[in-house]
Amino acid sequence: MINSQAFFTGLKSLKGARSPALPLAACFVALGALFKDAGFNIQQSAASSLFTYALPGQLVMAESLLLGASVINIFLAVWLVNFRLYPMTVSLFPLLEHKSQPKWKYYLSCHFLAVSSWLIAKESYKKINAKYRIDFWMGIGTGTWLTAILMTVIGYLAADLLNKEMLIGLAIVNPIYFFCMMIGAMKNLAVSISVILGTILGPVIYIFSSEWSLLFAGLIAGSVAFLFGEKNG
Amino acid sequence: MVSSQIIILAIIATSIATYISRFMGALTSEKVSVKSKIFKWFNCVAYSTLAALLGRMIIFPAGVLADSELIMRLIVFFTCISIFILSKKNLVIPTIASAFLLSFLTNI
Repeated sequence: MINSQAFFTGLKSLKGARSPALPLAACFVALGALFKDAGFNIQQSAASSLFTYALPGQLVMAESLLLGASVINIFLAVWLVNFRLYPMTVSLFPLLEHKSQPKWKYYLSCHFLAVSSWLIAKESYKKINAKYRIDFWMGIGTGTWLTAILMTVIGYLAADLLNKEMLIGLAIVNPIYFFCMMIGAMKNLAVSISVILGTILGPVIYIFSSEWSLLFAGLIAGSVAFLFGEKNG
Repeated sequence: MVSSQIIILAIIATSIATYISRFMGALTSEKVSVKSKIFKWFNCVAYSTLAALLGRMIIFPAGVLADSELIMRLIVFFTCISIFILSKKNLVIPTIASAFLLSFLTNI
């Protein structure tokens, strides 16, 4: 049903120098500590990473709760910040498609889609036989997902031992690591323009609309980059 | 303190709001060919949305990062990206350096 060799090859991407385990650990430890601060219990903290598993959305949820936002408002705010997962899935899953594979694998494993697993899969899917790429993906996803849940729990338990400076240090690891990975992925003109323009437009549009900034920045920067790529190469 | 019921409802709402985007992506993927232009467009939009999110996390962060100063985050950002490029794309050194550097700069 699942090709174990491909699955474990994916799982093993947690090891080694390019592993996302360290940045994932750092940011989910910081998230666990934040949850404790926000009044969550340990089961709720673990459940959030288990069922949501998308750090920016979880941050929005915790902060909105503290501000007293309604559940509907939280839903909308999270949907907008996590909408990036839609284009990310569409730019990965066609690479993992194979006619012999059942659809449930795709519907279930889309839950593993996060920045860490996405970047790793985009970088290494070519090494795997097309038939078993979805199993490889499930291996990557299982590893990163379980790391996130475990580290949320550890962060929750260790919250009292961590001072503010340490938590701030942990929280910066995540954007730095992913920026480095994205710079590593800038191998053609279209992707390079996407990354550079997106980085600039994200904060600029945020000044005018905090909630819609990611959607607009992504659409504008991505479309400009696509057109440039088509014209020049 | 937020009540337990509200927290559980918020976790459910957050999880559904997140899974919708992933599941819609899986459904759309069935109709998108790797060689098509629309796939290339989605690829660009995915990278730029991600870059926008990361840019925003550095300039207008949420969570504990908001308690650090912008100038400190920018110093760490440019230092670590330079280390990454100069170290021939070593990922471990800049990521570990970023944590120590920002903790240190926030402490002084």
